[in-house]
Amino acid sequence: MRKDKPARLILENGVVFHGKSFGSDKSNSGEVVFNTAMVGYPESLTDPSYEGQILTITYPIIGNYGVPPNSMTNGISDFFESERIHVNGLIVSDYSHDYSHWNAERSLSDWLKEEGIPAIYDIDTRALTKELRENGSMLGKIIIDNETEDSIDYYDPSQENLVAKVSCKEIIEYKNGKKKVVLVDCGVKHNIIRHLLKKNIHLIRVPWDYNFNSIEYDGLFISNGAGNPEYCQITVDNVVRAMNKNKPIFGICMGNQLLAMAAGAKTYKLKYGHRSHNQPVRRVGENRCYITSQNHGYAVDASLLNNEWEPYFENMNDGTNEGIKHKTKPFSSVQFHPEAASGPTDTEFLFQDFIDML
Amino acid sequence: MTTIDRPNQNGLSYSRSDIKKVLLLGSGALKIGEAGEFDYSGSQALKALKEEGIETILINPNIATVQTSEGSADKIYFLPITPYFVEKVIKKEQPDGIMLAFGGQTALNCGVKLFEAGTLEKHNVQVLGTSVQTIMATEDRDLFVKKLNQIDVKTIQSVATNTLAESLKAAETLGYPIIVRAAYSLGGLGSGFCNNPEELKMLAEKAFSYSDQLLIEKSLKGWKEIEYEVVRDQYDNCITVCNMENFDPLGIHTGESIVVAPSQTLTNSEFNKLRSLAIQIVRHLGIVGECNVQYALDTDSEDYRVIEVNARLSRSSALASKATGYPLAFVAAKLGLGYGLFDLKNSVTKSTSAFFEPALDYVVVKIPRWDLGKFSGVTKEIGSSMKSVGEIMAIGRTFEEAIQKGLRMIGQGMHGFVENKELKIKDIDKALREPTDERIFVISKAFRVGYTIDQIHDLTKIDKWFLYKLHNILETAEIIEALQPHDVDLSKSENIVFDKYLRIAKKQGFSDFQIARALWKEDMPDDGSELIRTYRKSLNILPVVKQIDTLAAEYPAQTNYLYLTYNGTENDVHYLGDKKSVIVLGSGAYRIGSSVEFDWCSVNALTTVRKEGYRSVMINYNPETVSTDYDMCDRLYFDELTFERVMDIVELENPHGVILSVGGQIPNNLAVRLDNYGVNILGTQANKIDNAENRHKFSSMLDDLGIDQPRWKELTSLSDIQGFVEEVGYPVLVRPSYVLSGAAMNVCSNDEELRNFLQLAADISSKYPVVVSEFVENAKEIEFDAVANKGEIVTYAISEHVEFAGVHSGDATIQFPPQRLYVETARKVKKVAQKIARALEISGPFNIQFLAKENQIRVIECNLRASRSIPFVSKVLKINFIELATKVMLGMDVEKPHKNAFDLDHVGIKASQFSFSRLQHADPVLGVDMASTGEVGCLGDNFDEALLTAMLSVGHTIPKKNVLFSTGPAKSKAELLETARMLHQKGYNLFATGGSQKFLVDNDVPATLVYWPNEEKSPNTIELLQQKKIDLVVNIPKNLTPSELRNGYKIRRTSIDFNVPLITNTRLARAYIQSFCNMSVDDIAIKSWDEYH
Repeated sequence: MRKDKPARLILENGVVFHGKSFGSDKSNSGEVVFNTAMVGYPESLTDPSYEGQILTITYPIIGNYGVPPNSMTNGISDFFESERIHVNGLIVSDYSHDYSHWNAERSLSDWLKEEGIPAIYDIDTRALTKELRENGSMLGKIIIDNETEDSIDYYDPSQENLVAKVSCKEIIEYKNGKKKVVLVDCGVKHNIIRHLLKKNIHLIRVPWDYNFNSIEYDGLFISNGAGNPEYCQITVDNVVRAMNKNKPIFGICMGNQLLAMAAGAKTYKLKYGHRSHNQPVRRVGENRCYITSQNHGYAVDASLLNNEWEPYFENMNDGTNEGIKHKTKPFSSVQFHPEAASGPTDTEFLFQDFIDML
Repeated sequence: MTTIDRPNQNGLSYSRSDIKKVLLLGSGALKIGEAGEFDYSGSQALKALKEEGIETILINPNIATVQTSEGSADKIYFLPITPYFVEKVIKKEQPDGIMLAFGGQTALNCGVKLFEAGTLEKHNVQVLGTSVQTIMATEDRDLFVKKLNQIDVKTIQSVATNTLAESLKAAETLGYPIIVRAAYSLGGLGSGFCNNPEELKMLAEKAFSYSDQLLIEKSLKGWKEIEYEVVRDQYDNCITVCNMENFDPLGIHTGESIVVAPSQTLTNSEFNKLRSLAIQIVRHLGIVGECNVQYALDTDSEDYRVIEVNARLSRSSALASKATGYPLAFVAAKLGLGYGLFDLKNSVTKSTSAFFEPALDYVVVKIPRWDLGKFSGVTKEIGSSMKSVGEIMAIGRTFEEAIQKGLRMIGQGMHGFVENKELKIKDIDKALREPTDERIFVISKAFRVGYTIDQIHDLTKIDKWFLYKLHNILETAEIIEALQPHDVDLSKSENIVFDKYLRIAKKQGFSDFQIARALWKEDMPDDGSELIRTYRKSLNILPVVKQIDTLAAEYPAQTNYLYLTYNGTENDVHYLGDKKSVIVLGSGAYRIGSSVEFDWCSVNALTTVRKEGYRSVMINYNPETVSTDYDMCDRLYFDELTFERVMDIVELENPHGVILSVGGQIPNNLAVRLDNYGVNILGTQANKIDNAENRHKFSSMLDDLGIDQPRWKELTSLSDIQGFVEEVGYPVLVRPSYVLSGAAMNVCSNDEELRNFLQLAADISSKYPVVVSEFVENAKEIEFDAVANKGEIVTYAISEHVEFAGVHSGDATIQFPPQRLYVETARKVKKVAQKIARALEISGPFNIQFLAKENQIRVIECNLRASRSIPFVSKVLKINFIELATKVMLGMDVEKPHKNAFDLDHVGIKASQFSFSRLQHADPVLGVDMASTGEVGCLGDNFDEALLTAMLSVGHTIPKKNVLFSTGPAKSKAELLETARMLHQKGYNLFATGGSQKFLVDNDVPATLVYWPNEEKSPNTIELLQQKKIDLVVNIPKNLTPSELRNGYKIRRTSIDFNVPLITNTRLARAYIQSFCNMSVDDIAIKSWDEYH
């Protein structure tokens, strides 16, 4: 029988959940969020959008298929969404100590330990999720073993520019075709890069605050990212200037929020965000609906868009904005993740739509 | 892979407003491969239509179903689901549309035939939802492969063949091992694996008798088997509601596999690759509604094959509905009417959209329930063809918890994965390699004797993840077993080591009993599990209640769909403790002897409870049922019906009371224990139930009341038995309490049979006594179903078996009202029943079985609960016995209905459905142990009409020309003489074996002699059957010499294997043959239920 150390999650409202540790022995803190996806923990943990967050997975049995190799091809991870784990902690109900999969190289526990990320199992994740749903996302700490509660402070990721933290630090080029696309990296998931490179383009990945208007390009792509979009005013200003060029612009998630801000709208924080593989969206004014993968805590208030813009998609559950588009120009963006990884791939066609406009 | 964004031009060709009247086809009697799941899907579809104000017509002869209840459809026809009868109903009713997807393969096949014959077009009937062309593209293998090739989706390389020679050639090209499937068949009928040409020859011959086309495929044994349930609307919006993974790898029919949902061993990439493919396939095929896609997935790469697509609701879709809370059939029906998914709401949250994919925060495990022990001679191996008769679904938050719950739920005496009675297996390697119905317990055994996970994986190909999890259970068991007595003192307030493992064990789904047995082993006290219960409650180790809300708690949902788990700290439900709940205990897994009839009873009890102002609470775990539809009650606990779990729920609910008399024997068995714990049992009291259940108490009560019963004795040695036999004479009915193999009871006619049965089949000792009863020959068997209130009968129904006593009442053909019973006998029956009702102070439903011979009646059994025949008599009489019974149990005064059976102008016949064709090698003979898997109930203006309709409904076809007689003992030969003459006069050709032929010819009935199977002469019975020259076989077993038995068996088995109708009972043969000689099919009136008054 295993002797896993006790560990506990303490929420800022004082609620404590007791469980057992299966990750690093290092206590840690962050914003506690939940995701209802039933597969894809390696992808989620390495998704830069989770920077600074403690992730609760509502599917109770996690670790089943281990973790694939951390190999890279041409600077892009083969199986992960970035170079490292971005979450500050992981919370599950039942951890599978033994895994089984042909492509697994090690256990989830070993990986978390290597990367110094604490993790707890044996937690009533449904009770925790309801707590977060009712009170909104909260700050929390994972305390391992008999360390005291005060051994670490709460950490509030919204007090920090996370995009600056997860964006690339210099320009990276991937030459795979003639058409040039600038990819603004606000914490880009590798699957976005993989998708674009599949379309045979010359991709220029630039840091979030880089003035890309100095580059000659055929299209502009604004990536997903982490945290509060309001930290990215520089990027918004750059996008406003880019619009004058009339070259195609497409954005995903944070990219949607930044484009919306450039179009005059504002963003706001959702009570507990959308993090799942089953978010239904509808193309506004049409009978076309899609199941999408989502991971965002902020949303666009589309009512504030200037009259050159219109909503593109909307969420069928809560009516929130899921994308915007320019009425006449080739500018559009979506709040969900057409690149998936993890999640359903139903909206993958949006990449082709973008490429077709170049 | 590219996703399609341009809507396919696969919309519907009709508009919703054109559809005012819809015909829905049911699936008929429950059979292996087609069971209660279609009552659930049909009921949901009818509900969806009703909500739209559409007039509904239902054809389904299965009278025990919920869908054939008053108010579910506007018109109900208890007629066979065959093109002939469906066309007649169409002509009469002139519906605008027909729904084919809700009645299993039976409805689908019938619909395809009607379409091909042009019947639907002729009568302007629109097929709603998926078009017949699409259905055909999924059913015809060649077409299917072509279709999927068009979009580069990989299918299993398969060759369609129409002859044996073609099949052999195809197999040669593909390379053995191969798998053979019969096209257009239910649940893999006629399918199997072949390792060489000889095996193929044998299988193909049989399979061609079911289907004109065979599919020869390369076997992918050992690959993972994964399924997706897909929904598509006419606007091309598409979702996958659930995926499922088989615990047993490819090679075992999905109906025979343990299945988990969602998949457990798939990565995101695999999960979504197969998901996208499923959507692509469904769009390309143009499904509108629901559909299931099955895959084989390689265990070493992402390589896959599509196994098949079912363009209809299926067992898997019923399971997926229950697993997720997403009502697939209801939504499919709405989509068939032309709605878009975006028009519909999520019926659990009631606020979010139906266009979404459920997120589960629990795991479900489905386990099949087999009843192979009920059949003599049947092969126990499980494989590519279905044999299970029911299934259960267990919900937990660890796999260990769910599977252990599930292994208890299947109700085969197991307590979980461990702490069961030790299994005796000669060759564990073989038992792992060649799976039987006991496979999972073989794994448990293998662990115990030291097999490693790798070894078991190599032998079974079961993914190691599942084996690791099972091993976790074993580890915990071994730790508890190893605790020393001084480690555990339950009188102390804590035992640090034990408490720790007690908690772990509960999280892994251990029952209190398992823990007690692990702790005390053979010294376990009788109240061991209660001791554990009390102790763990003192430590506050209690299960919590969780909701199934489709969105993993993302949105608040007032869902009443619940389960219990030890993997949690907080209840989702806040209990009011207002004593306004009434808990109804359901029937558990369908099995031979307990199926949809108890679901009907449960649903009616729930409805009545609700109507009378109580909160209706259901406990049941059978995913094929309507009672586990969360719409049917105020709270549904999808959980175990064990004493432990029921008490857990009672303690949470604090109910007004518990109803345990409508779910069959499982809840009934809990009466005494629940009563001991102070639970308020509604209706007849527990000690009275015990007085009826306990053979000794019941018998002495009958003696006191001066009521006759067949003489019987409980005996513990062979010499005692022989002594008793000398007293009462042969034949005797022998019921061992411990059965080694084969049937649980038997009729023995002489010393030799008695000795054989007792030596081969049973253990006798003081621990395992044998009950021997006098067996009355040529006696009528009478069923008395009734409801009593404080001992006074409120309403009753007397029905009569067509067969003489000796055929289990669940297999017998039953007529109601009785057609050949003396009025005097009926009066006596009622009097005796009233005496018993008073003596037992019955309040609620009950059933008594009587033997009647020459106006003398004897009681053979009494059950203080609803019986199998309650829905049948309720519907024929149009008095809802369960509604009355429930009112009585709620303490209300009920008025006696003014109607009784003597007022009826019509007759009801309940006939049994057998599934012998799926049970290879089983002897299709009827006896004292039940063998049928389902039943139908049909109405007629006279006996012949009702009987003929019922026989056609269970799959008989009126013979065209040739009838084979092999009529056994002299007495049955004589009894069937006039019947044979009738056939001859009707122009039938009679064929008969030796003695039967001589007897017929001697009595001036011409008959051609055919030789016994063991006589190597032509014309031989077997040869005629194989050549399909015989249209009906009447074979009456003689039960004498081994060679006669073998010969008889061969004739019976060959009839089944070659799909030739077979009757093995003299009385039924006579009644059936007379019915089709007296009238033709054309004479059967096409009358709906409400046209019978």
